[in-house]
Amino acid sequence: MKEILALWMARNREYYRDKGSLFWSFVATPFIVIVLAIAFSSESQEVFRAGLLITNSSAQTNIFTEEPAIQLIEYTDAQGALRRVQFHQLDILITTDKEPRYWINPESAKGHLLEKLLISDASKHWQREEVKGQAIRYIDWVIPGILAMNMMFSGLWGIGYVIVRYRKNGVLKRLQATPLRAWQFLVSQAFSRLFIMLSVTILVFIVCDLFLNFMMVGSHLLLLLIAVIGNLSIISLSLLMAARTASEELANGLLNLISFPMLLLSELWFSLDDAPQWLQDFSLILPLTHLVKAARRVMLEGAGFTEVTPQLGVMVLMTLLFITLAGIMFRWHND
Amino acid sequence: MTSILEVRNLIKSFRSLTAVDDVSFSIPEGACFGLLGPNGAGKTTTIEIIEGIKKPTSGEILYKGKPRDRKFSEQTGIQFQSTALMDYLKTHEVLTLFAKLYPHSQPIDRLIELCQLEEFLDTYATRLSGGQRQRLLLAVALINDPEILFLDEPTTGLDPQSRRNFWSLIKGIKSQGKTVLLTTHYMEEAELLCDQLVIMDKGKIIADGSPEALLQQYFNHSYVCIDQRDFQGDISALTSPAEKREDCIAIETNTVEKTLAELVSLNINLRSLRVKNPSLDDLFLKLTGHRLRE
Repeated sequence: MKEILALWMARNREYYRDKGSLFWSFVATPFIVIVLAIAFSSESQEVFRAGLLITNSSAQTNIFTEEPAIQLIEYTDAQGALRRVQFHQLDILITTDKEPRYWINPESAKGHLLEKLLISDASKHWQREEVKGQAIRYIDWVIPGILAMNMMFSGLWGIGYVIVRYRKNGVLKRLQATPLRAWQFLVSQAFSRLFIMLSVTILVFIVCDLFLNFMMVGSHLLLLLIAVIGNLSIISLSLLMAARTASEELANGLLNLISFPMLLLSELWFSLDDAPQWLQDFSLILPLTHLVKAARRVMLEGAGFTEVTPQLGVMVLMTLLFITLAGIMFRWHND
Repeated sequence: MTSILEVRNLIKSFRSLTAVDDVSFSIPEGACFGLLGPNGAGKTTTIEIIEGIKKPTSGEILYKGKPRDRKFSEQTGIQFQSTALMDYLKTHEVLTLFAKLYPHSQPIDRLIELCQLEEFLDTYATRLSGGQRQRLLLAVALINDPEILFLDEPTTGLDPQSRRNFWSLIKGIKSQGKTVLLTTHYMEEAELLCDQLVIMDKGKIIADGSPEALLQQYFNHSYVCIDQRDFQGDISALTSPAEKREDCIAIETNTVEKTLAELVSLNINLRSLRVKNPSLDDLFLKLTGHRLRE
C-alpha cells in the first residue's frame, strides 16, 4: 500500500508542478467548455421531429412520410420515445399498432402544429394523449456530453501518454529494478489520474453551472458515482493502449483511433436516434456512450441508481476487462 | 571467499547477433568486480540480465547459491547507464519515493551525507548537473542498503573532477563490505576500483583475474615513450620492439637503462621521455589488436 501511495503522490506532484498542464486543466478547459456550450446552444432545429412507435412489425403507416419538413423517426421502445416527447426532443409520437394514438407535450408549440396536421386526416379517429415535462434546451442536453468529452481526452492522454513517455525515457526500467509489482504501478497511476480528473470535472461542472445554469434534476452523488466509474473505464482503456507501446508517435495514433469514434458516436454532440441501427449498436462498445447516457438520465430525467444500473454495470465490466488485459500485457520496457 | 553471485554459460542473442556468448564468472562476496570492455562488448547486456531486467537466451544465474527470487530485488541496488527520473520531483522527494518502494530502507540522512547531496536537496532532479545526478542515482541504488550494488558505466560522460569524486564514493561503499559489480570502459577506473576483472570483447570473456595478476601474467616489460615529433628516425632501427601510438612512440623494454643509452646514441631528443608500466588498455590491445576506446 505504501508503494502505491508514494507513486500516487509522486504522479500528483508531477501534475500540479507542471504549470502548463495545470493551466490547461483548470483555466483553459472550463473556458473551452463554456465557449463550446454557448456556441452549440444556438443551434435550432429547423425541422419538425415526429416519432413513430412500432411495437408490431406488421403495422404499416404512411403518415408524414411525404412531408419534407418533418423528420420521421421510428421507435420500438415506448418508454424511451415518450421520454423524448416529455423533454421536447420529439414534437409528437404516433402509433397505429392497435388503435391510432398520439402523444404530445401541451407546452410544445411544434407539437400543436403537428397535431393539427395529423387530425386533419379524417380517415382515422386519433386518440390524444398528453405527456407533460419541461423542455430540455440543447445546452442542457449537450453539457453532459462536453463534460464527458473532457474526461475522455484527459483520461486517454493524461495516463496512456505519460506511461509511454516513462517507458521511452527509462523511468519504468528504473522502477522495475525495485521490488515494485506492475499492478501496484498501474493502480497508482490510475488513481492519480482519477483524482486529477474528478477534481477538474467537478470544477468545470461548478463553473459551467454558474455561467450556464444548466439542468440538473437528479442526485449529485449518483452523478459523481457515474463520473468515477466512467473515468475508471476510460483510464483502464488508456492503460491497455499503453501496456506495451514504446513510441509516443504510435501512442498518439492509437489514442486518436480510440478517441475519434467516441467523439463522433457516443452522442456527445448529437443523438444517434436517426442513425442506422448498426451504428447505434457499434456505439455500445464505447465506454463513453454509457457514461454520457447515464449522466444524461440523472441530470435531465432525475433517474435513480436502479435506472442507470445497466450503464454502470457495462462500465464496470469494461473497466475490469481492460485493466485485466492491461495487467497481462504490461511490459516495463521493450528492449 | 564464498561467491555471492554466479553466472553460468550466459548467452543472449538478438536475431543474428550474439551479444553475450557463453559467459561464466563468479563474484566473491565483498569484492568489487569489474566488467571491462569497449562499447558494444556485451557488458551492459550481461549486467542487465543479471539484474533481471533482460531475459537471457540461455544460461543460469545464482544468487547466494540459488536462482534469483523476490529477495534478489530487495537486496540489490542498481544504477543504470542512463536513467530518467520523474519530472518535477526534488532530490529529497526522489529519495523518499524510492525508500517507500522497498520493505526496508536505510535512513535518508545517512545517504544524503554519504553521497554528498546536501547542496541540492530542494532542486528538481531534472535540473542537476551530470555529477550531481549520478550521485543522486547512486543514493537511489543504495536506498535499500543492498548487499550487492550494480553500477553500469557510472562515470561515463562526467568531467574528470566529478569522476574522481564518484570514485571516492565507490571506495567508501567498498569499505562498508558491500559487493559491487561495475561495468566500465575506463581502464583507470577498473585498475583503481576493481579487485577482480573480466575483460570482454564481442560478447566473450577474453581474460579474467585481478588487475595486478593480469598485468603480471601478460607483461614482463615497461614502455619507454617519446613524443613522435622528437623521434625523427626509423623505429625499425631500434633493437627493442617499438610501435607508433596516437601521440608517441612506445618502446617495449626489460632494461630501461639500455634503451635510454640506445636513444642517446641515436641522438634522439629526450625532453618528452617518460617510462610507463603496461596498463589494462595495453593488455586489451595485446589481446584483441584494438584499443578499449576504439
